[in-house]
Amino acid sequence: MEREVLFEMKALYRDDLRVTGFRFGQGEKALAIVGAMRGNEFQQLLTCQRLLTRLQALEKQGKLRSDRQVLVIPCVNPYSVNVKKRFWTIDNTDINRMFPGYAEGETTQRIAAGLFGAISGYARGIQFASFYMPGHFLPHIRVMKTGYEDMQGAKAFGLPYVVLHTPRPFDTATLNYNWQIWGTKAFSLYTTDTAQPDRTSAEQAVDAILRYMALQGLTDCGCAGGEASTVVSTEEMVTLRSQASGFLEVMAAPGDVVRCGQTLAEITDPFLGGVKDTVTAPVDGVIWFQHSDPMIYEDTAVMKLIPNERRQLE
Amino acid sequence: MISTVVKVALPVNEMLDVRKHRLGTDGKRLSIVTGIHGDELEGQYVCYELARRISAAPQLLTGIVDLYPALNPLGIDTVTRGIPAFDLDMNRIFPGRQDGDMNEYVASRIIEDLSGSELCIDIHASNIYLTEIPQIRINELHRDTVLPLARLANVDFVWVHGASTVLEATLAHSLNVRGTKTLVVEMGVGMRITRRYGDQLVDGLFRLMKELGIWQGSVCEVRRPVISENPADVVFLNAPLSGVFLKGKEHGGHVYAGESIGQIVDPLRGIVLCEVTAPKAGWLFTIREYPMVSEGSLMARILSADAFARETAREADGDGA
Repeated sequence: MEREVLFEMKALYRDDLRVTGFRFGQGEKALAIVGAMRGNEFQQLLTCQRLLTRLQALEKQGKLRSDRQVLVIPCVNPYSVNVKKRFWTIDNTDINRMFPGYAEGETTQRIAAGLFGAISGYARGIQFASFYMPGHFLPHIRVMKTGYEDMQGAKAFGLPYVVLHTPRPFDTATLNYNWQIWGTKAFSLYTTDTAQPDRTSAEQAVDAILRYMALQGLTDCGCAGGEASTVVSTEEMVTLRSQASGFLEVMAAPGDVVRCGQTLAEITDPFLGGVKDTVTAPVDGVIWFQHSDPMIYEDTAVMKLIPNERRQLE
Repeated sequence: MISTVVKVALPVNEMLDVRKHRLGTDGKRLSIVTGIHGDELEGQYVCYELARRISAAPQLLTGIVDLYPALNPLGIDTVTRGIPAFDLDMNRIFPGRQDGDMNEYVASRIIEDLSGSELCIDIHASNIYLTEIPQIRINELHRDTVLPLARLANVDFVWVHGASTVLEATLAHSLNVRGTKTLVVEMGVGMRITRRYGDQLVDGLFRLMKELGIWQGSVCEVRRPVISENPADVVFLNAPLSGVFLKGKEHGGHVYAGESIGQIVDPLRGIVLCEVTAPKAGWLFTIREYPMVSEGSLMARILSADAFARETAREADGDGA
């Protein structure tokens, strides 16, 4: 493994911004993995840490292909991580809305361009992404529907679900979208959380990546575990929204199989405690997303379900 | 009459209430919206001044003027550009969805309320980092329908820019594609009110009301804006390195090629890191206001002198229409 600085930018009063990568192997650019791009993506950083530990061990055992390059970039935005700010420190722009970047443009466009230059040309790309809303997910692979999506590759991770997402206008400036447009088979890997690290989920993600790498011929370590993935589009999910705001008390978690009519959450009056809204499952299914903030706004996604009807199709 | 456009309960003892002030009772409708970005306040004065002037002579109003001074009230209250708690740019979620989350729902109700206006003006103040001369920005997709109206708004500059997929989620694009003509005004700077710019725009709004046939009072003669439709006309000047920018020129002036517009300095060492010079002669229509710059920070925009002369002559000849 070689450690190298892929992109650097000088600041007035802070240490240089360094985007650091860890490179395994040489030759064909086989796989690039991008971890935390936003300042609160601690889970994404942790997952990269666990992955680097496992890849180093495999390298020592001679189980990584030496004629294939694998590049891991744990953190694109250390400036924001170090001050616990989700977006860019000065202007609050999101690097993941700046791709493919512009080397002569504004600061986050330059960082995006620097990163994109370093990870372009790889046959495959994985990003540890996060959702804008606080919540817990069932670990899954998300693929943008661009016409270039690799669904077989997405299933090779062996996670229970692959989510196919139709891009909205703002998605066209994300890494995942641009990676695909520029010829990389791109996948976003979502683990359970973002700001609260979960070691079990991080290890599950690492297992999924090693499984994918094994099936792509990049490692020699077998591919134990994993399951046949069900492909679900975002449109097929059932979103349960709050009809009131207040304290949120959830009674089910991602992965729980629930029955139609089952109570999944209650929203209570923050002063008097009365139940303002009861969230019930409208269909049989499995919980895929659960809002995690203690307070919830009206019309907000409390949970998202994958209906059983959809799960049985695969 | 003041009414609620959309109302949503917040978790603790508070309603989020987006309100509008309707002046007039029937006829064609002009809608003035501002405050999508909570730290841009130039539109606050425009709404106030427009309401004040119309209320002083309501008999002259023969249509409707709807004022929406705070589309993002929580952002304004917290001096936040986006929607607080979600860290979302409200101007990237339009047209919203009736069955979407709270913010998408609010956006959809706003679009529903504005749709059908004869004209909508969306007032911005660039951001907290840059100062702009009064200008209107038009997506090239909607050039033909809105440029004739932009000429009457009493701004100094009209910038027709290229289409971008990301901009499809703005309020202006969402309304324009629905047939509600919408102009985006950028002027002044974030977190401040520049009264002379506000007065200038208000004069333009009365001229537009006259054009729409909803104002029977007298109006000022409006200035002819410089219009740029060629992307190559505008030069962007980004900071080559990080430091403190000491502005040397005010926006709205002209610069010659190589002229200094400021310096980037290092206060720790007491040295000039970089002299910032104009790469081309032209009209400095944007300048950085916030002194701290990172490598890449936008410091200025210049409309090239050739384009300025060409467009000024074209407007003077009257063949710009």
